[in-house]
Amino acid sequence: MIFLDHLINGLSLGSIYAIIALGYTMVYGIAKMLNFAHGDVIMVGAYIAFCGLQYWGIPPVLAILLAMVFCTLLGVTIEGFAYRPLRQATSLAVLITAIGMSYLLQNIALMIWGANPKSFPTTFINGSNIRLGQLNISSATLITILANVVIMVTLTLFTSKTKLGKAMRCVSEDRGAAELMGINVNRTISLTFAIGSALAAIAGVLLCSSYPILQPTTGSMPGIKAFTAAVFGGIGSIPGAMLGGILLGLIEIFGKAYISTELGDAIVFAVLIIVLLVKPAGLLGKPMREKV
Amino acid sequence: MKKLIALALALVLALTACAAFAEEPITLKIAHIGPTTGAAALYGLATQHGAEIAVDEINAAGGKYRIELICQDDEHNVEKVINAYNAALDAGAQMILGTTTSKPCEAAGAQGYTDRVFFLTPSASSTAVIEDKDNVFQVCFTDPNQGAASAQYIADHKLGTKVAVIYNNADVYSTGIRDTFVEKGAALGLEIVSEETFTDETTDFTVQVGKAQEAGAEIVFLPMYYTPASLILKTAADKNYKPIFFGVDGMDGILSVEGFDTSLAEGVMLLTPFVATAEDEKTQNFVSKYQAKFGETPIQFAADAYDGIYILVAAAEKAGITADMAPEEACDLMIAAMKEIEVEGLTGTMTWDESGAVTKTPMAATIVNGVYVFGD
Repeated sequence: MIFLDHLINGLSLGSIYAIIALGYTMVYGIAKMLNFAHGDVIMVGAYIAFCGLQYWGIPPVLAILLAMVFCTLLGVTIEGFAYRPLRQATSLAVLITAIGMSYLLQNIALMIWGANPKSFPTTFINGSNIRLGQLNISSATLITILANVVIMVTLTLFTSKTKLGKAMRCVSEDRGAAELMGINVNRTISLTFAIGSALAAIAGVLLCSSYPILQPTTGSMPGIKAFTAAVFGGIGSIPGAMLGGILLGLIEIFGKAYISTELGDAIVFAVLIIVLLVKPAGLLGKPMREKV
Repeated sequence: MKKLIALALALVLALTACAAFAEEPITLKIAHIGPTTGAAALYGLATQHGAEIAVDEINAAGGKYRIELICQDDEHNVEKVINAYNAALDAGAQMILGTTTSKPCEAAGAQGYTDRVFFLTPSASSTAVIEDKDNVFQVCFTDPNQGAASAQYIADHKLGTKVAVIYNNADVYSTGIRDTFVEKGAALGLEIVSEETFTDETTDFTVQVGKAQEAGAEIVFLPMYYTPASLILKTAADKNYKPIFFGVDGMDGILSVEGFDTSLAEGVMLLTPFVATAEDEKTQNFVSKYQAKFGETPIQFAADAYDGIYILVAAAEKAGITADMAPEEACDLMIAAMKEIEVEGLTGTMTWDESGAVTKTPMAATIVNGVYVFGD
């Protein structure tokens, strides 16, 4: 029974990582850059939702929608101001910009909301917990896992069936050719950031519903772990992000439960190293040969 | 003859005038160093405000000393605390009331040891704070004492025998308390059925709480700050696990987290020398003044700092500190005086020995209906 308990917790944690990893992997796949500010967009989304629920008293669904809209605008703005001018620059320049953006977001949040940790209201998500004998599944866990499945299905359908989705795949395969085929590359990349940031807002709300402490640094560690998950599953691949996220969540929980809580994080990152040694492109990634 | 009498009278008058001047209160410059911004701001602001209440009282009452409080922010950071310390000395501080938290206090205290500056910390409780130096004294218990005192309290009040411990192995505060708790607990017959760790960034406690639940622990000992504690309480509630949670001074402040559902903390016990609901006159006087000035109820850190100011004044009086005395000179005199005084404060009747550690009786409070209450 306790194994099942750990399994469900692992799936829940993994789902959060998966949703965040999607943002990383989509942006890398299409814009070929690592957006390290993604974790902090999550934090901003969580704060907006918190303000909506706590200060402005708006109903939960509206608060989440507001967070999604705000994050989408934020993501697109960041892309327009910070990353687009660097399209032709070295990837190192963009990476450093992303890290700087991450710190900028953290400190702006610190200025606006202060450093005192806030407790995210979970009353709206706490329906009845399901009880199966000794097992207790909180509604936050269930909603997280469900949201993950829904997002995965929606995104897969979007990229394979819709025109915009196909455009995104084209831009990720060959940007020059896509442009020649008449695809507006700038708009496609902005759309990618928009979708990624909207997902970040959802991830923020789900993260803080399961772990209700909100501080300006809340997005930092989940961001790093989700980035690890994205690389683990194959960066640039959407199913890879899903798989990587869930596996990472399971490994973390099982590692802590059956090996040692002290080594929990060490085990997670050790697995990453091993996978990259054996299969550098990640589990579902395709090895890319570059013509020099 | 007349001239002699006139001269004598003039001398007497002059001496009386001098004596009258000597009644002017001596200005004592005390610096408060603590985290007034950042993640530990709750504690730094509490100690600063508590000190301010004491300073207002002492200055209003007249008496031998008048206190000038210099405030500096260390942001709970071991590098920034040195800047704060230097700024305080530049502003003329003769002694330090601080620092509020342990790690910065270890750094600043060590610097003070070399420079010969006297430190009285209201709340920095790790042993390293007073180890290998003579210039740092504490108002609060050392962490080892908190750990041992918790084990003693649990055993004495027969709260249970199966205990689980969850602690932060990246924090000297947490590990220090855990070490002596386990040691004393074993000696008193408490059975430690589960011991799990976490780190500064951990937010998922399902494994740690799950193991405690699986092991059948009746009491869960939480030597940590209130932020991870609040997550543990929520996790336990989700798992429908209802042990007695026992915390130490870091648990204080859990009720002030914005948006926190205080029903989760119902029945939580914590080791604390001060609760705002205690009925005695001294506490009520302090609490009402604090509420009037700052609009909130003081936590034990504020009481520690309030006592800290009074302790400094008592020691200064014993040592005969003057307004123009440099910190180096004041330091040795204060050290000698601290070993001789006994101060009855909000947090108990306190005496000190040359290690800098305080001796007073440990007490624990329970959270009932969202307020701390003394007694079982």
